[in-house]
Amino acid sequence: MNPESNPLKIDESPELSARVLSDISVSRPVLAFFAFAVAWLLIGTVFGLTASLKFNFPDWLGSFPALTFGRVRPAHLNAIMYGWVSLASAGCAIWLTVRLCQVEVRWRKLLYASVLLWNLGLLYGTISILTGNNQGLEWLEFPRGAAILIAVAFVCLSLSILRTFHARQVKHIYVSLWYIMASVVWFPLLYVIANLPFYSGVTQAAVNWWFAHNAITVWFTPIGLAAAYYFIPKVVGRPIYSYYLSLLGFWSFALFYNWNGIHHLVGGPLPTWLISVSIVASVLMFIPVITVAINHHLTTVGHFDKLRYSPTLRFVVFGAMCYTAVSFQGSIEALRSFSEISHFTHYTIGHAHLGMYAFVTMILFGAIYYTMPRLTKWEWPYPVLIKYHFWLVALGIGLYVGSMTIGGILQGLYMNDASRPFISSVEVTQPYLLARSLAGVLILIGHLIFIYLFSLMILRRGPERKAPPWQEEAEVIFP
Amino acid sequence: MMFIRLSTFFLGVLATFFLGWAGLTLIPGIQIREIKPSSELKPYTDEQFSGRAIYIREGCIYCHSQQTRPEGFGADQLRNWGRPSVPGDYVYDKPHLLGTMRTGPDLFNIGARQPSEDWHLIHLYNPRALSPGSLMPPYPWLFKEEDEFSKEVHAAMGKKVVPVPKGFAPEGKVIIATQEALDLVAYLLSLNHTYPVE
Ligand code: HEC
Repeated sequence: MNPESNPLKIDESPELSARVLSDISVSRPVLAFFAFAVAWLLIGTVFGLTASLKFNFPDWLGSFPALTFGRVRPAHLNAIMYGWVSLASAGCAIWLTVRLCQVEVRWRKLLYASVLLWNLGLLYGTISILTGNNQGLEWLEFPRGAAILIAVAFVCLSLSILRTFHARQVKHIYVSLWYIMASVVWFPLLYVIANLPFYSGVTQAAVNWWFAHNAITVWFTPIGLAAAYYFIPKVVGRPIYSYYLSLLGFWSFALFYNWNGIHHLVGGPLPTWLISVSIVASVLMFIPVITVAINHHLTTVGHFDKLRYSPTLRFVVFGAMCYTAVSFQGSIEALRSFSEISHFTHYTIGHAHLGMYAFVTMILFGAIYYTMPRLTKWEWPYPVLIKYHFWLVALGIGLYVGSMTIGGILQGLYMNDASRPFISSVEVTQPYLLARSLAGVLILIGHLIFIYLFSLMILRRGPERKAPPWQEEAEVIFP
Repeated sequence: MMFIRLSTFFLGVLATFFLGWAGLTLIPGIQIREIKPSSELKPYTDEQFSGRAIYIREGCIYCHSQQTRPEGFGADQLRNWGRPSVPGDYVYDKPHLLGTMRTGPDLFNIGARQPSEDWHLIHLYNPRALSPGSLMPPYPWLFKEEDEFSKEVHAAMGKKVVPVPKGFAPEGKVIIATQEALDLVAYLLSLNHTYPVE
């Protein structure tokens, strides 16, 4: 390697050079995961915006079967969840594991196999939905073949991560690793059990929502939290506030979050005790959420000025705050009296985006901003565009969640008022649905900027910079 | 990890997971398995079943639920959407189509509420022909446009002419329902769970 073109100067300290070596071992697979993730982000965003516009202009493109709302909407969900978020989380999980175990990545070929199978599954699944081959279960729309490809891809990922973890060179197992190791065990189990063909009727509904909520519980959230636990202390330059809080946060999370899913069927034809158990568990989620929030806040406090120059920190702290917000919202939403209004409305859609976008996606952006220079040995060009990216998507998602929240509550109130005709609950949402499309446009522009920057990074184009546009962080994870 | 061994960690990870799985799916599954179909519930006919597949294919589920809520929980009862649904109403449903969204009304008893085949066909061809302000998508690919003959000629050829109101179909054309449209409507009309349950 030519040291001239290497801004990450390999230094004499053994820890640093071990780290650089492990970065090199991992850079290609992680880059592959990130690059495909970004491609699916674009595809998924376009589907999402199309679906949103269909609400505003129901006859627009109305004669194309593949573009009808009922196909584009699940295509959006699957492209984002199993495409963008999953692939980016996978890249992030691999990178964090290697970093925190201080070894080279193991079974690298499995990772390449994973990316390949994953994308084949996604492509086949998405095309199937658009051409009308939908399994009919929310979050499990992909036909069996696509589901098997993705399951195998995930097992490959898990094996490589667990093997790397097993080979670790460190004594201390950092919090982020707990979340990642739990996650790579949980998700394959969950996905396989949920795709088994044994269920029907209301039992299937229970399995369906146990799965859909747990996909968030055991995969998207833990990786988001693992990243937040790593990047916040790293960029702020001080260790995580309390180890004990992390421990309490992790185990209460593992214990309660698994029980949440059935609140999606509140008021439905299932045994009442079942729904009640889920509601209780959803409220108990206050415990892990508050512990994590306190822990992250007390780590950052006094260093909020760093938000200004570190894009990583800005995205990650935004995401971590939204984790607290979305979890509080979720606990309240599960209560019967509140869900009587919010259930079956756009409010839930707003909640879902607060979780999967404002929390998870923002943290993944932060993680990508941090890791890319270490993977490509090239600094981010045009920091001002990073600012545009942040503000466009932050405002976009704010407008999105705000309009869906208000629109959804009005929709619910009108729907529950039998003196109004049903159609009034449709009409009252129209301005909010329009605002949502505007939010989608802002988010899409933000993504285009991000994708442009990302492509420059991959191609190592743009003005060459010797130092990162923000300060190097101190050593805090391994003091 | 400072306090616990790694094996204990992975054991805990598996235990918390399977605890939730057992509590939320296994135990209710066993409890629900005892449930018999509601006495007057009939299995789907072939036609209704094909229609159900089209309901799934077109993603009606993303805007319509199929579960009626009890009195005091939402306005389902006041809107006459039918008695609260029970697990026995769903035994033939695979995949289940309970749904989580009501951009449009609940359809669990649409067959009782709107028994007209023509109404459903027109509505599917273009919802705004019957419900101004609706944002439901049109499904023109379930229909064929043909040159106008007299009604009798089409009927004699065994074709179902859809009485689309003026202005919603192209000039000089008649709209013919395909088998898919007829199947879908057969399925919608089968959604009638107004029989009594204990
Ligand atoms: C984008 C959301 C959306 C989708 C997708 C959708 N609908 Fe609708 N649907 C509505 C809305 C809104 C209404 C209420 C206004 C109206 O009558 O058109 C409605 C009304 C209906 C009604 C009349 C209900 C009543 O009580 O009068 C039926 C029947 C219906 N839809 C069937 C379907 C079928 C079948 C599909 C799938 C092929 C479908 N809908 C897809 C939004 C949707």
